[in-house]
Amino acid sequence: MDFFIQLLVNGLSVGFLYGLSAMGFVMIFKSSSVLNFAHGELLALGAFVFLSLHSVVQLPIGWAFLATLTGCFVLGFLIERFFLRPLIGEPLIYVIMLTVGLAAMLRGLLLLIWGGNLRTLPDFLPAWMDIQSGWLRIPPVYMAAILVGVLFLVLFGLFFKYSAQGIFMRSVADNQRAALSLGVHVRRVFALSWGIAALVAGMSGIILGLMNGISVHDLSAVGLKVFPVVILGGLNSISGAVIGGLIIGVLEAFTGGYLSPSLRDVVPYIVLVVLLLVRPYGLFGLVEIERV
Amino acid sequence: MEDTLLEINNISVVYADVIQVLKGVSLQVPNRRIVSLLGSNGAGKTTTLKAVSGLLKPENGRVTDGAILYEGHPLENRSPEQITRLGIIQVLEGRQPFKYLTIEENLRVGTATRWGKPYRKDLELVYHYFPVLWDRRKALAGYCSGGELQMLVMGRALMAHPKLLLLDEPSLGLAPLVVEEIFRIIARINGEQQTTIILVEQNARIALEIAHYGYVMENGKIVMEGASETLKDNPDVKEFYLGGGGAGGPGAYQQPKSYRRRKRWL
Repeated sequence: MDFFIQLLVNGLSVGFLYGLSAMGFVMIFKSSSVLNFAHGELLALGAFVFLSLHSVVQLPIGWAFLATLTGCFVLGFLIERFFLRPLIGEPLIYVIMLTVGLAAMLRGLLLLIWGGNLRTLPDFLPAWMDIQSGWLRIPPVYMAAILVGVLFLVLFGLFFKYSAQGIFMRSVADNQRAALSLGVHVRRVFALSWGIAALVAGMSGIILGLMNGISVHDLSAVGLKVFPVVILGGLNSISGAVIGGLIIGVLEAFTGGYLSPSLRDVVPYIVLVVLLLVRPYGLFGLVEIERV
Repeated sequence: MEDTLLEINNISVVYADVIQVLKGVSLQVPNRRIVSLLGSNGAGKTTTLKAVSGLLKPENGRVTDGAILYEGHPLENRSPEQITRLGIIQVLEGRQPFKYLTIEENLRVGTATRWGKPYRKDLELVYHYFPVLWDRRKALAGYCSGGELQMLVMGRALMAHPKLLLLDEPSLGLAPLVVEEIFRIIARINGEQQTTIILVEQNARIALEIAHYGYVMENGKIVMEGASETLKDNPDVKEFYLGGGGAGGPGAYQQPKSYRRRKRWL
C-alpha cells in the first residue's frame, strides 16, 4: 500500500508537468488549428536558458526564473511573428511542416550551444518542500511540480473564464470569422497563445530538468509525450489536457513500479489506442454542438 | 440628400484574382438612415458589405477598382481590425455565434474594439433592446434558438458602439413573427441610437417597410434605386421582389398563357 501511494504521488506530480506542457500545445491548436511539433524543444530551451542564466550569468535563482519565463514568452511571440504569420492563409499542412522544421532547427541550435551531455540543475528548492510523514516521502521537486501545476492551472482557468483577453482568445478558437467581424485582433491572439504556450513549456522544462537532469534529447522527447496526453484529454479541451497529463503520469509510474521500467513509454500509447476506440473525441473533447 | 456617411464609388471586387463579383457598384448611405440592399442570391449584396467591412481580405477577395469613402476616409482593402475601430461593424449572414461561449461572453467579445473600457452600461442597453438575452445570459449560445441567436449577434454588434451597422439577412430562417419583432428593433436602434444601417435582405417587403432608401442589385450591378415608397410602387420591384402584382394579378397561373414580365432594366 505504501508503495502504491508513493507511486501515485510521483505519477501525479510528473502528470502535472505533462498536463502543463500539453496545455500550451492545446492552446495553440485551439486558436489556430496548428499542431506544434516543436513543443519539446521549447521545453528543453527553457531548461537550458535557466541553467545558463543561473550558472554562467550567475543571476539569483528567482531572477533567473523570471527572466527565463519572460524570455520564453517573448520567443513564442517572435516565432509566431516571423515564422507563422507569413503562412496565414496557406494550407495547414505547410504550417505544421514548418513547426517540424522549427523543431529540427531548435534542437540543432541547442546541441550546438550546450552539447548533448546530461547536465544537472543546481538544487535550489527550499527545505520546507521536502515532505516526510511516516513512510510517505515527497521529494521537493515533486512537491514543486504539484504546486506549480496547480497554481498555473488555476491562473489560466481564471484568465480564460473572466478576463477580456481570455474571452477573445476563446472566441477566435470558436469562430474566427465572427471574431474578425467584431474587430478582435486575431493575429494578436495567435501571438499571445504562442507566447503563453512557450512560457508554460519553459516552466515545465525547468522542473522536469530538476527531476531528471537536462539533456536535449530527453526533454524534446517529452514533447512527443504531449501527443498521447492531448489526444487522451481531447485536442481542444484545456482541462482535458491537464487530466490527460495526470492519467498518463500515473500510468507511467505504475507501469514502471509494478511491471517493468522498460514498458513505461509503451503503456500510455496502448491506453491511448484503446481509449480512442471507445471515445474518438478523447475524454473531454468537444462533442460538436449541432443544430439541426 | 443629407450628409453622406458612406459613399461607394464604382467599385469592382475580384475573388482569387479571377472571379469578378462586383462590376462597378456605386451607392450612397446618408447619415442616420436605413438603406436597404435588395436582390436575388448571388447578386453581390454580401460582397458589397464585405468590401466595406474589410472581410473580403481573409476570403482572398480584393477591391480592384473604385473607392469607398467613409466620412471622407478611403476604406478600400484596409484590414477588418482597422475598419471595425472606425465604427463599422458587420453582422454576418447566418448568425455565427460563438457556440461554446455563454450569451454574456458573446456580448463581451463585442467590446474588442475598445478593449479595457467599461462595458456594464452597454450590456444593460443590449438587454434593454433584447430582454430575452437577459434570461438566457448564462446559457451556451450553441443551445439557443435561431431568434435568440439573431438577437444575440445584433446585440454583440451594438456592444461595439457602431456608427454604421451592416446587417446581412437578419430574417434568414426565422418565423414571420420573430422577423417582425427583429425589424421593429432594428428600426428602434436606428431611431434611438442614431445608428446608420445598411440592410441586406431577401425579404424585400419588410426591408422596404423600415428602410428609408433602397437599392436593387443584380449580377454585381445596381439596377435600380430610390426612396422606399417609390420602390414599393415600382411595378418591376413588385413583380420580382414583392410577389403578386404585375402580370395578370391573382390566378395568373390558371390562365392558358402566363407571361413573365420582362425586367425593364436589363
